[in-house]
Amino acid sequence: MENLTVPISKAAFPQPFPGGLEFNAPARGMWNIVHTGMLLPEAHQIFICARGCLRGVILTAAEMNAMDRMSWVGIEERDFYDNSMEENVIEGVTEILHKLPKKPPVVLVFISCVQLFAGMDFPECIRELSRRFPGIFFVDCYMNPTMRKSGLTPDQLMRRQLFLPLQETAQLEMNAVNLLGSDFAADRNCELFLWLEKNRIICREITRCTSYESYLDMGKSFLNMTWIPQAAPAAEALENRLGQKHLHLPICYSEREIGENYAALAQALDLPVPDFSEERSKAQKALDEAFSVIGTTPVVIDYTATPRVLSLARRLLETGFNVERIFADVFIPGDKEDFEFLKKNFPELQITPTLHVKMRFANEKKTSSKVLAVGQKAAFFTNTPNFVDLVWGRGFYGHHGVAAVAGLLREAWQTPKDIKKVISHKGWGCESCL
Amino acid sequence: MKVVSSVISIHSSDTAGVCSSLYELGGLTVVHDASGCNSTYATHDEPRWYDRGSRTCISGLTETDMILGNDERFIDSVVDGAKEFPGCRFIAVCGSPMPMMVGTDFDALGAEIEKRTHIDVLALHTNGIKSYLDGVNQALCAFAEKFCCENLPKNPRKVNILGATPLDFSINGQVESIREFLTENGFEINSCWSMGSSFEELTRAGEAGVNLLISSSAKKLALYFEERFGIPYVAGVPIGKVFGKKCVNALKAAAESGSSSLLCLSERRVGTQAAVIGETLWSSSLCCALQLERGIDAHVLNPLEKEFAFIKEGELDVIGENAVAEAFAKVSAVYADPLYKPIVPEGTVFVPVPHEAFSGRCFRRDMRSLCGQNFEKGI
Repeated sequence: MENLTVPISKAAFPQPFPGGLEFNAPARGMWNIVHTGMLLPEAHQIFICARGCLRGVILTAAEMNAMDRMSWVGIEERDFYDNSMEENVIEGVTEILHKLPKKPPVVLVFISCVQLFAGMDFPECIRELSRRFPGIFFVDCYMNPTMRKSGLTPDQLMRRQLFLPLQETAQLEMNAVNLLGSDFAADRNCELFLWLEKNRIICREITRCTSYESYLDMGKSFLNMTWIPQAAPAAEALENRLGQKHLHLPICYSEREIGENYAALAQALDLPVPDFSEERSKAQKALDEAFSVIGTTPVVIDYTATPRVLSLARRLLETGFNVERIFADVFIPGDKEDFEFLKKNFPELQITPTLHVKMRFANEKKTSSKVLAVGQKAAFFTNTPNFVDLVWGRGFYGHHGVAAVAGLLREAWQTPKDIKKVISHKGWGCESCL
Repeated sequence: MKVVSSVISIHSSDTAGVCSSLYELGGLTVVHDASGCNSTYATHDEPRWYDRGSRTCISGLTETDMILGNDERFIDSVVDGAKEFPGCRFIAVCGSPMPMMVGTDFDALGAEIEKRTHIDVLALHTNGIKSYLDGVNQALCAFAEKFCCENLPKNPRKVNILGATPLDFSINGQVESIREFLTENGFEINSCWSMGSSFEELTRAGEAGVNLLISSSAKKLALYFEERFGIPYVAGVPIGKVFGKKCVNALKAAAESGSSSLLCLSERRVGTQAAVIGETLWSSSLCCALQLERGIDAHVLNPLEKEFAFIKEGELDVIGENAVAEAFAKVSAVYADPLYKPIVPEGTVFVPVPHEAFSGRCFRRDMRSLCGQNFEKGI
């Protein structure tokens, strides 16, 4: 692992490491497009793909005990030369819908790289299906990992398409906002939500919708907040289509940036900027308390723990924690300021890839000294049972979120976990048959 | 014909078959596919991934590479990647749907990689569309062609086990119980293709007097060994005491006579009472055990490629959910993976027999060895 690592002072931004053959660490907490699609209440997913691609998505549904919401149509070799691609989608989906015990109000139809590459007329498939099943809203969805470097990534696309069924309303509700893009229900103990509630502003999240009808209500909110950049294309599309305003308030861990987010939100809501000084102090106190317990124990963090891994590292380093290493293969534009800060002020901070083939050997080295990991991949690579099982921010936000993470750090340092058992669970927070 | 499913799962793909069968043999296996696509194999098809260091990688294929025909990036990645695996015994390269669409020439890529690395390359022709049976058959045959030694002294007591992968036998002791069973009955295990045997042991497969074929995923390998080394094979998983004993006798007879035996077919009749669905050699062996020890007349349903199937006349290929459901509706009992249960008619007895190649790790905890006397308690 050491010879793959670069100090941040010498790391290139945004991609510190060259591409090549890739390893896959067995940390399964991150969500995939199936998990995200299941957030849409009452939706049924149908994948039209090759066997190898189907296998992963079907068993994702099986493990989360959701096979009753998952169907598929297999692609055969002959489909590529007998001009039957569109027909297979239309007739396959039709057959499946006739077999379902109850017609769903919305169907997510997924195609994959090969159909896009072959120029299949997917819009016409969706149009024909909509003609055949007028009571069903069909959403065109894409599982196209070969196209992750051209245009929107599959993750961004999924998060955008997830909100396609939302419809324009005559009058947007000025006392209602949405939170888009979070896989997990936001922690409502956060000062943000308490403040919204105090000002009689409703905040809708897909993670809290219990029916398709309640999900459609999200189309009435006048503002969409996004916490992660992957959700921004969804909000931009809704701004264009429904006139809902978009405000990107990224998850972050610095007092200044959290404050800037709240100021921007207050302005958008036409409210005075809230005074969260008490919450800010509480968060710092929680970090200080965690530091008094953890001390100079080396801390390692991976990019799956939070969308803003460098922001978290910076806050911990500024508090005094001994953050030694970041596991990341690429950074996002929003990381740039923290990257430059860390490069200047903590130049020895190590950056280690997760995908490099040689990382397959990383966890074989047993370390005798205690390490505290944040994130499942960091736990796997350092083989430490003392880890924070934090996946993609876990719905924590603002000063309250910082305090929550501080609490988890302390808990992880004191209470070891069964690494294999915890990180093998696919889709953090989802039901599992394992 | 469209293959459609409203609620059941799908079997592992050919790429998973390649990776699984070569996993323990000390080579580097590279699937030419998009970043992240190895997660499916690593999560759902490969129970050894966490505890037993993998040498299976993905190339990180992009659409741009395909459009521009950028094979050089793939070659460079594999050549560079191989340097990270000192002592690498071989490199296997195989493809996914996108390379199939553009006609990627894996033989040529393999030759180039072999030239640059001086490491033997197995160029395999997968496309992510065929089942694992095809992938395992391809990989094991390619390995045997490249590495098995000639002119070894034959020992009639030695047996090769062919077709052992976690996709069919998981990692819960099923393969070990077959090994023990054979050893207890006077055989010496020469090699096991390909769990629990080293690269070197596999290269000496030609020493065996007989092969025990335990999965249709090694059907072509059994035929290959029969032709190249004159080793006869017996097709059957020794499920249950009675059928297990018949396997032992058939192995001895085959070693003596040099004639192969389709034991799992010849020792049973096609019954109508129950249906067994899954990998057909295993299913066929289970049918034998059910008839011989429980008096249950069962037949086999083949959900996979016809060319590998071990079924008798009158038994069906059931491709797609409708065909499977129709077949289930005609019997009073079904032996199948639990993910088939939603299409088993109400009132039909359902006996779960989890199969890793169908349900992945979902029911691994419930998988049992049925070898020899384990059958009594196992099902």
